Amino acid sequence: MVVRVQAEDFDVGQEFARFTQGRTDLGGVALFAGLVRADQGSVTAMTLEHYPGMTERQLEAIEAEARARWPLDDALIVHRVGRLLPGDRIVLVMTASAHRQASLDACHFLIDWLKTKAPFWKFEEGSSGGKWVDAKETDDEAASRWGK
Amino acid sequence: MKILYFASIRARVGHGEEEIALPPDVKTVADLVGWLKSRGDTYAEALAEARTLRAALNQEHVSFDAAIKNSDEVAFFPPVTGG
Repeated sequence: MVVRVQAEDFDVGQEFARFTQGRTDLGGVALFAGLVRADQGSVTAMTLEHYPGMTERQLEAIEAEARARWPLDDALIVHRVGRLLPGDRIVLVMTASAHRQASLDACHFLIDWLKTKAPFWKFEEGSSGGKWVDAKETDDEAASRWGK
Repeated sequence: MKILYFASIRARVGHGEEEIALPPDVKTVADLVGWLKSRGDTYAEALAEARTLRAALNQEHVSFDAAIKNSDEVAFFPPVTGG
């Protein structure tokens, strides 16, 4: 169970290889890789700010919650910070379990909860200047489907 | 007490971190917001929107009725937008 917050890019293939290396007990891995979206050209760059210390603690708490709810064999969350460009990888969630339902549900849960609980903030740059991104109610709704 | 500001709140306050001596009558996060706002227009404007102001106490999300003491770390920020 690993949580990383980093400025550097990550390689999904390498992360997957490391995640599963030497494991013969896993039935499958679910993964979500989030990308910076240009939004029809209105976003030219995005800067991710976080709260060092609290962010890692919150991600660990979210991961522990997922492991309490589903029979997971492993989980990984990697989230980038700093200035990113459209098309860049921003977040990676991987979950492994003996049977697919647990890893698929836990992966979905982790990305939904991460969006509403982990202290990250996006600042978007576009042709008309920069602005802090407002939180979406749809993200709260997505997270609430999993209950408290 | 250590106070941290993030994202749009940090941008409006003008700095990300400060140390204050907690006045004895400031007992909750809500009290602290009120006290900070009384320090000047910059704080009053930065912390004006209660609907979109969130707080953490010692790196845990808390509600504004949470009790605070001088050795705590308190952070203010808007709703999170990661992922």
